[in-house]
Amino acid sequence: MSRHEAVSDSAEARRGFLTKLLAIVCGGLATLPPVLAGLWMFLDPLRRRGAAATFLPVTDLASVPDDGIPRQFAVVADRVDAWTGFAAEPIGAVYLRREKGSDAVQALSATCPHAGCFVEIESQEHCFRCPCHNSKFMLDGGMVAPSPSPRAMDGLECQVAKNGEIAVKWQNFYTGIADKVARP
Amino acid sequence: MKPQHQHDHKQTPHRPVGSLGLLGQLTDFLDDRTGYRALMHEALYERVPGGARWRYVWGSSLVFAFMTQLITGLVLWSSYSASAQTAWESVYYIQHEMTGGWLLRGIHHVMAQAMVVLLALHLMQVVIDGAYRAPREVNFWLGLVLMMLVLGMALTGYLLPWDQKGYWSTRVATNLAGLVPLVGPSLQQVVVGGPDYGHHTLTRFFAIHAGFLPLTLVLMLVVHLSLFRKHGLCAKQPIVRPDAMFWPDQVLKDAVAMLAVMAVVLGVILMPALRAMLEGRPIVPGELGAELGAPADPSLPYAAARPEWYFLFLFQFLKVFEGWGARGEFFGAIVVPGLVMGVMFLMPILGRWQLGHRFNVAFTFALLAGIGLLTAMATNEDYAALWADRGAFADVEKLLEETDNDKAKIAAHFGNDAAKIAAFEARVKKLDRIRHSQSFLDAVALAKADAARSIELAGRPERIPPAGMMELVRNDALSQGPKLFSQHCASCHAHVDPVAPEAHAVLAKASAANLHGFGTAAWMRGLLDPTQVAGPGYFGNTAHKEGDMVHFVQNDLTDAATWKPDDIEAVVAAMAEEAGLAAAGTDPLVVEKGRGLIAADDRCGSCHTFRDNGVAAGSAPDITGWGSREWLIGIIVDPTHERFYGDSNDRMPSFGKAEEGATPMLTRQQIGLIADWLRGDWYRPTAH
Repeated sequence: MSRHEAVSDSAEARRGFLTKLLAIVCGGLATLPPVLAGLWMFLDPLRRRGAAATFLPVTDLASVPDDGIPRQFAVVADRVDAWTGFAAEPIGAVYLRREKGSDAVQALSATCPHAGCFVEIESQEHCFRCPCHNSKFMLDGGMVAPSPSPRAMDGLECQVAKNGEIAVKWQNFYTGIADKVARP
Repeated sequence: MKPQHQHDHKQTPHRPVGSLGLLGQLTDFLDDRTGYRALMHEALYERVPGGARWRYVWGSSLVFAFMTQLITGLVLWSSYSASAQTAWESVYYIQHEMTGGWLLRGIHHVMAQAMVVLLALHLMQVVIDGAYRAPREVNFWLGLVLMMLVLGMALTGYLLPWDQKGYWSTRVATNLAGLVPLVGPSLQQVVVGGPDYGHHTLTRFFAIHAGFLPLTLVLMLVVHLSLFRKHGLCAKQPIVRPDAMFWPDQVLKDAVAMLAVMAVVLGVILMPALRAMLEGRPIVPGELGAELGAPADPSLPYAAARPEWYFLFLFQFLKVFEGWGARGEFFGAIVVPGLVMGVMFLMPILGRWQLGHRFNVAFTFALLAGIGLLTAMATNEDYAALWADRGAFADVEKLLEETDNDKAKIAAHFGNDAAKIAAFEARVKKLDRIRHSQSFLDAVALAKADAARSIELAGRPERIPPAGMMELVRNDALSQGPKLFSQHCASCHAHVDPVAPEAHAVLAKASAANLHGFGTAAWMRGLLDPTQVAGPGYFGNTAHKEGDMVHFVQNDLTDAATWKPDDIEAVVAAMAEEAGLAAAGTDPLVVEKGRGLIAADDRCGSCHTFRDNGVAAGSAPDITGWGSREWLIGIIVDPTHERFYGDSNDRMPSFGKAEEGATPMLTRQQIGLIADWLRGDWYRPTAH
């Protein structure tokens, strides 16, 4: 191979490499806008925050008999779902319970701390039972071991006004973990 | 015989030997099990006879455009909701509230248009190069089918935002589909999802747009591309340069073309932002990219309805057959396009002869020229008023008005000179074109205003009601008020700012009071002004021109001994207070004084009932709560009620009252909207 040929070969190779590089860069740049715009919009939900935890009026003292048995009440609030505004809509449920002769009200979230199903009252067995994986809880929300649930039912802050109106601080918690951690 | 995969394995190029890094081991592992290197080699090392050329980039650009549509479309799908109550709303949310939604939707919208252009270029290149000739006939036919699939996606995508524009254009398109012989009406009903447009029109169009058509397209595209590889590239003759490989030479040209297409698409989206920046206006991302009109309303005329620009030629073509009735539309929308497609399908057969090939090229150019011409005609008809000089036709307009468009009178004006009359009529035609264009432009302006208002309303802190955006729009005084007023009130009442330059002309045509600012102090001050009360803005064009009120204002109020200027101002303030439209900071003591004057039996109370002044109803309108929402609704419902004008009512219809069993002209809700609009009572966004 003469010297002249060797030089032209390496020039050819360099040109080939440049062409390849340019082709990849151009193609990549052309594809970038739809991919990035797509990702940008697809990840929009990460930017969204739920409504701040606030006290919502649920019922009044007279509707919660002082017999130690929890009663189920709907939590009603204005709700925004993406573009739709719902006025005074049931957004979830709580159990309220009162010991004999006491004015203190205990509020329990109806969401099972295990996997988020709706916990029901088992009136014959005098306990709460989750229909999904059979987690059982005592009527005050305490654990009945052994249980698939990693923790007791989630208590909610509760206020009783002078006129007997009961307000509950409506919150959701992460499920499946031993600690009770509020969702943002 | 050796197993096939071993044979493939041996052919794998450049298998690295010896120093295998982790990456090398991994790729070897993959190649052993998939044979991907051979596949890549097969895909990339295609021979391009005569070397890479720019004229071969159109096919790749189209594939790129389609991939872009696939990516953007899938993400749009993740946030779109196809129902009559959520389609507009979800698109609004994408466009105005989700991060990057405007950009994504903009790319999808503009790339769809770029695709139509690229299709035309690809088709032209194939026809000019005779690339449809044997053995490539089937692939050419596949290409035509692909073209129709792309156009079908463009057509179905237009409806999905469920805005006025998409809704009305689609109504036209589906009605035209109903003209297909025999199956037309059934076809229409299947596509529309029933006898009426609604939820199932959207779900169906969405399924067609994002499912049926793209799936078919992908299948066809796979066949199209494999046939293309089977036959090899149809090289431009004569071949003078040496052959090259598809990778990297042609790929580079293709990639540059893709980048150029994307740059144009982004340019179209971002151009208004650049303009705003240069003019120092704020950039609103939601206003970039694709438009979103007002939500679809079947009860509202939409004169701005036009198909997308690339279908404009068909729209214009149908006008050629105006006066033919349904036969014309059948001919223009189905027969002629069908024949054109038929000729295109025959091109590979015709192209076997040199003359046939020439015909094909000429036909393609003629077709594109025709499409271009029709598009230009359509644009000219719609936008002529932008560049035509209407002022040059002022004399024509004047004569038409003076003669009331009476042919005999016009002829008399020109002394029955046939040449002059013909010249005049030619100019009338030109003027008509400008007028048509102007009404289209007005409709576009109205559509833009309605769209902007809908978007403003959708952004209220209360958000959109569950029943959807239509409920908000239909209850919005700002957008509905003027429409209701012009339909029901404007034939008598003017609504014009008295200081506006056109006020004089508008008031001259009115036969009842000018309701601009009704309920405000300014309006009341004008009523109590002796020089205005009998003028066209108040009672001048009514039966009350010489009535008691005019007499009172012109004779009693001018008596400065009884009515000091302060007294009149006090009455003005008190009346505006009744309407709830008094200016902020109005002195309560002045209002109290005004109320006393109004009630007094030797002042306004000599005729008018006011609060508890004990004046019997009937002699003059009860002005308690004058100009308030309730009072306005009352007088619009029934001005002949004794609380208002009673027997002396002058021609005003009772809009909310009807004979037994009949429906009134306007519903309470509509009357409420008119009242709210007159009072300037509507939602205004608070500045952030």
